[in-house]
Parts: sequence; C-alpha cells; structure tokens
Amino acid sequence: MRKMLAAVSRVLSGAAQKPASRVLVASRNFANDATFEIKKCDLHRLEEGPPVTTVLTREDGLKYYRMMQTVRRMELKADQLYKQKIIRGFCHLCDGQVRSLLCNPTDHLITAYRAHGFTFTRGLSVREILAELTGRKGGCAKGKGGSMHMYAKNFYGGNGIVGAQVPLGAGILALACKYNGKDEVCLTLYGDGAANQGQIFEAYNMAALWKLPCIFICENNRYGMGTSVERAAASTDYYKRGDFIPGLRVDGMDILCVREATRFAAAYCRSGKGPILMELQTYRYHGHSMSDPGVSYRTREEIQEVRSKSDPIMLLKDRMVNNNLASVEELKEIDVEVRKEIEDAAQFATADPEPPLEELGYHIYSSDPPFEVRGANQWIKFKSVS
Amino acid sequence: MAAVSGLVRRPLQQVTVRDAINQGMDEELERDEKVFLLGEEVAQYDGAYKVSRGLWKKYGDKRIIDTPISEMGFAGIAVGAAMAGLRPICEFMTFNFSMQAIDQVINSAAKTYYMSGGLQPVPIVFRGPNGASAGVAAQHSQCFAAWYGHCPGLKVVSPWSSEDAKGLIKSAIRDNNPVVVLENELMYGVPFEFPAEAQSKDFLIPIGKAKIERQGTHITVVSHSRPVGHCLEAATVLSKEGIECEVINMRTIRPMDIETIEASVVKTNHLITVEGGWPQFGVGAEICARIMEGISEKLVLEYSQAIINIVYLNTYWIRRLKPAFSPRSCIQFPGCSRCSCHWC
Repeated sequence: MRKMLAAVSRVLSGAAQKPASRVLVASRNFANDATFEIKKCDLHRLEEGPPVTTVLTREDGLKYYRMMQTVRRMELKADQLYKQKIIRGFCHLCDGQVRSLLCNPTDHLITAYRAHGFTFTRGLSVREILAELTGRKGGCAKGKGGSMHMYAKNFYGGNGIVGAQVPLGAGILALACKYNGKDEVCLTLYGDGAANQGQIFEAYNMAALWKLPCIFICENNRYGMGTSVERAAASTDYYKRGDFIPGLRVDGMDILCVREATRFAAAYCRSGKGPILMELQTYRYHGHSMSDPGVSYRTREEIQEVRSKSDPIMLLKDRMVNNNLASVEELKEIDVEVRKEIEDAAQFATADPEPPLEELGYHIYSSDPPFEVRGANQWIKFKSVS
Repeated sequence: MAAVSGLVRRPLQQVTVRDAINQGMDEELERDEKVFLLGEEVAQYDGAYKVSRGLWKKYGDKRIIDTPISEMGFAGIAVGAAMAGLRPICEFMTFNFSMQAIDQVINSAAKTYYMSGGLQPVPIVFRGPNGASAGVAAQHSQCFAAWYGHCPGLKVVSPWSSEDAKGLIKSAIRDNNPVVVLENELMYGVPFEFPAEAQSKDFLIPIGKAKIERQGTHITVVSHSRPVGHCLEAATVLSKEGIECEVINMRTIRPMDIETIEASVVKTNHLITVEGGWPQFGVGAEICARIMEGISEKLVLEYSQAIINIVYLNTYWIRRLKPAFSPRSCIQFPGCSRCSCHWC
C-alpha cells in the first residue's frame, strides 16, 4: 500500500525515478527536452489561442506516460474484472480518452460518470479505485459509491445525472473560489451527450453573468451512448455553444495539445475574465458502458482506425522515442511497473472484504448523533453513524 | 434576569412569521461568513414575499444574490458551493418551482454524503413557501412535504409559528446536512407571541422533535404548518363539548418524531391527522402506517375509531365551497368518529 502511494505521489510530484532505473539510463544520454508543434485550436470569440509549439521535458514526458499507462491499464483491468463478474453494476470506461490530467492540485474538478481516470489523477490510488469498483470496504467511498461516485480532495465526483455536474461545478467556484477570493479555477466536464442539457445553458448564463472562473470542458467522444453527435445536436460545434462565452476546440488525443489548452484556459479564468469553454475532440474505445459492445452504432473499422492512428499513448511514446527523450526499454520498464501496480491493486480489490452489513445505514447524515434506521421491515433496524 | 422580568411584567413581543425568518437568517448571516442567500428577487426586491427584506442593504451583493429564472441551474450552483465548504440558503420562490430543480436537491444534495462513504457533506438549506396559498390555482399550490419527506439524506422541517420559524431556520442553517424548510405564504403575515428565549441569537429548535401545542386526553390531532392553527381552533370549539384534543405540531417531517405521536395515541386511543397535501402517499398516510406498525406492541385501537386522515382540498373552485369541505367542519361535527366525506 505504501509502495503504491509512493509510486503515485512520485508520479504526481514529478520527482526523480527509482534508483535502479537511474543506473540503467545513466548509461545513455537523453535530451532534457524537445520542442513539438501542436495542432492549432479552433477559436470562438477569442483573438488568440494557445501556442502552437510547446516544450516537453523528459521528466514531464515520463510522468505523463506513466499516468496515461496507469489509467489505461486500470480501465482494462476493470473490464476484465467486470467480465469475471467481480465488478457489478455500472462501469463506464474511459480508455482512449486523454483527459485534462493536468491542473494544479488546488484547482477543482468535477465530471460525470466516466470518472475512474480522474479519480486517479486527483490523488487516489489504483487500489482504492478498483476496491470501490468491486464494492469493498477498502474502496475510496467504502464500497458505497461504486463506479460513478468517487470523491477526493478538490474532486467532486463522479456524478450519475449527466448535466447536473455543470451547475455544481459553477457553484464550486461561483463561490468557493470567488467568494473566498482564492486564485483557483474549476474544471467542469461533461460529454457531447450531456451538452444538450438545459441546465448547462443555465450554468453558462450565470457563470458569464457573475464572471465565475470556470472552465467548461466538453469531452466530445462523438457518441452519447449510442447516438452519434450528428443525430443529437443541431450544432456540433460544442465550443461555440456557450455563445457569449469564448471557446476553443482542442485535439483531445494529443496530451500536449490538451496541456497547452488547459494552461491557456486556466490563465484566462484566473485573470478575472470569466468562464471559458473547451471542446476536446476525443474517442472512447470501449462501448458506453460494460453492457454495450459498442459496435451497433459504429463500425469496428472506425475504432481500429483511431486506435492505430491517434492513440494518445502511442503518440506520446513516438514523440519521446523519436526525440531522444526516452528509450523504448525505459518505457517498457514503466509498462512492467504499471502492470504490477495494477495486478497488486486488483488482488487487493478482489480479496478485500465487503463492508459489513451493520454499516449499511452509516453516513446518512453528517455530524449527527447516531440514530436508528428502518430496514426491510419494521423489526429490522440499522444503526446510522455519521 | 428571570427575577427582574417577573417583577416588571414586560409584554411579550409580537413577531410575524416573516420577521421571525428574517431575524433568523440575519443572525446566521452575521454569525458565519460562509452563510449566504441566493434565489429569485431575494436581494433588490427584498424577497418576493419580503422575507429577506433589508438583508441585501446590510450584507451586499456578495452575500445576498439575485439569480435569473433558472431553478435547476442556481440550485445546482448552490449545492456546488455547499460541497466546496460554503453554507448557502437557496430560496425557491415557491416550492412548486423546486420541481424544476428537484434532481439537484435529491441526487446532488441528499444522496451525496452516503454515496461518498461520508467524505462529502452538503450543508445547504432549501427554503420557500410551500402548499396552498390564497386561490393561486393548481400549479402554485402543491404541498411537497411527502415528496421531500420520502428521501433519506434530507431533513425536512415545516414551521407553524414564529418561534418555530426562527428556531428551525437557524437550526437548518447550522445543520451540516441538506435541510428543506417548508414555509407557508399565508402564515408570513401572522403575528405570534415571541417568548423571551426566542429573542436570543442562539435560539435553536432541534430538528426531529415535535411539540405538543395543547394537552388533551380524548383525541390526538397531529398536524404541521398552517393547519396547526386550525386544529387549535377546532380544539377550542370541541372543548366546549367536553372533548379535549391533544394537538401536536410536528415541526419536523423528516426525521419524524413518531415517539411523541405514539405516546399521545397510547394515552388517547384516537388519532386524527390534518395536512395540506394530497391524501394518497401523504404525511398522514405515513403516520398511519407507523402507528399501525406500532400497534401490536403498544396500542390497541378499535377499527371503527382508529384513524382519520384529513386533508385540505386545494384547488381554486373548491375554495368557494370551503364551508362544506373544510376540515374544520369535519372536526367540529359533534361526535364525529368517521369522516363522512369520502375525500378523506
């Protein structure tokens, strides 16, 4: 457990590699950094956008690679555990989608149900996440939330009702940040499907009216469940749908593009100009959830094409290897470490006991003295502790 | 202080329900920087029903926020603010409009503490007038006590008097859970005597405790909000005929103080529930169910005299026929042990 946490904290704080690896790589000289050209973003109501070139340091590159591999492997492991019926209920996987993994720990983030990846990047361990998926007491919500309801510091879930998280996100800053005069922003994510929800437009209106430091991020993975964007939206230019809110459309499969765009958007909000909208064009390999094979509304060829031409991990790997930022062996080593981490976590998630039945009634109210809750009939009572 | 007041005989203060709520909010806004009020017309208009009069002038734009007509949006924003550590009071102009935002109240506010395994509390108050008003027609007259009272994770209170209103709004604001405060528009202008302790800035009424407004031995009459007043009037009339009603003011819908009701029914063996909501699946129905469940252990009730649920009929045209259908006339009917109008 400690090893797991240490690995995660190293990744997140960008600290040096393990001594063993340093010995291996010390024998070869890598470049410290390299400059890359990235795709220009489409802009709405903005004079300038994020830069079209960016510098990637070796350290950052390795950090991102490990992060992305961990999330990818974790999702694939969840897929496996689901098929083994160790995970039940809802399970929405995000492999294929590079998310906005890159914001300050003091910034706030909220998203809908495709949340496992974010939960990891917000500081929770793979162990806690997988144990939550398997409904065990070692899970981050003690087994009571499941796939869709995971929380961490400055991470507000994991929300099942799509669209509802957008006003929540506006509120998390509306006041928490602006009220307290803090220099924080909130990243509020939603999908191309939820983008048609009315309450999102209500949130746009109030965020713009009150100049809330909110980055609205539409992750356009082209399908809302089984409905392609053309069949759901009269306008698929999601970055323009904020109307009076400036927007940018970003290549969501390129982590560097996502990074620069997020930095740009965060700087915009922090300068007090109000909200901004980002559309990330991305893709999910799995179906909508584990009950969806994902091929009745799209072709296997399409999935294959994206996987072979635009896979975010592959893009990063190629960039790093071709620019001498890392070696293939080094990255393979990270793969092995990640695989082990995931295996260990899966072991834990399978072996950890379920929460005891006596705790079924816990956490109904906060800060209240214990009380009794009615069970399935009037003679069954559960104790509820805050 | 008590000794002095005994000598001096100061007249008890008369305070309307509106002013009591205003006082309660004012005191809590002053006490805690994190408390703020948002809703339609709460600031510059002084509140649609003037409940927040003077607060914007005193606290300004930061603490008293006018919102556009976007219930789902601003309720969500309020819940988000609560998640991030503030203590919002979210006003719905009437609870009928809360239906637009009910997803945020239930799914985002009520359930979150449980779903997060105790990690994410949501200290928010949703308040506003509930139930029937003066002939405002069907869409503006619904009572939401049963709907909100159904949901675990929520606390639901329903004040009647000024003392109730002040004590409950203060408790609600200080509570770390989502609390729905169901006020009543017709009660806003009604003055009540304000006991000395209610004038204190730390006057709180515990959520989850009912109050016996009038002791009695023959019939238990349970109610909440405006109907409590009618029950007391009816009790006065019945008393002249030798029937002593014990009138219980529920004060809290959830968690319901069933113990107080049970203890009273054990004493009287008769129960009448009176409410402003619809009968099916209502507050009265819940009380009946709980009393019936408790029967085998504590009570023996004769079927024909068991329980009567009385509800108000809340549409505009019924108002004109009120004398015939008013619960008052049901209760006042001498020797009434079963209500003859089949609306009950």
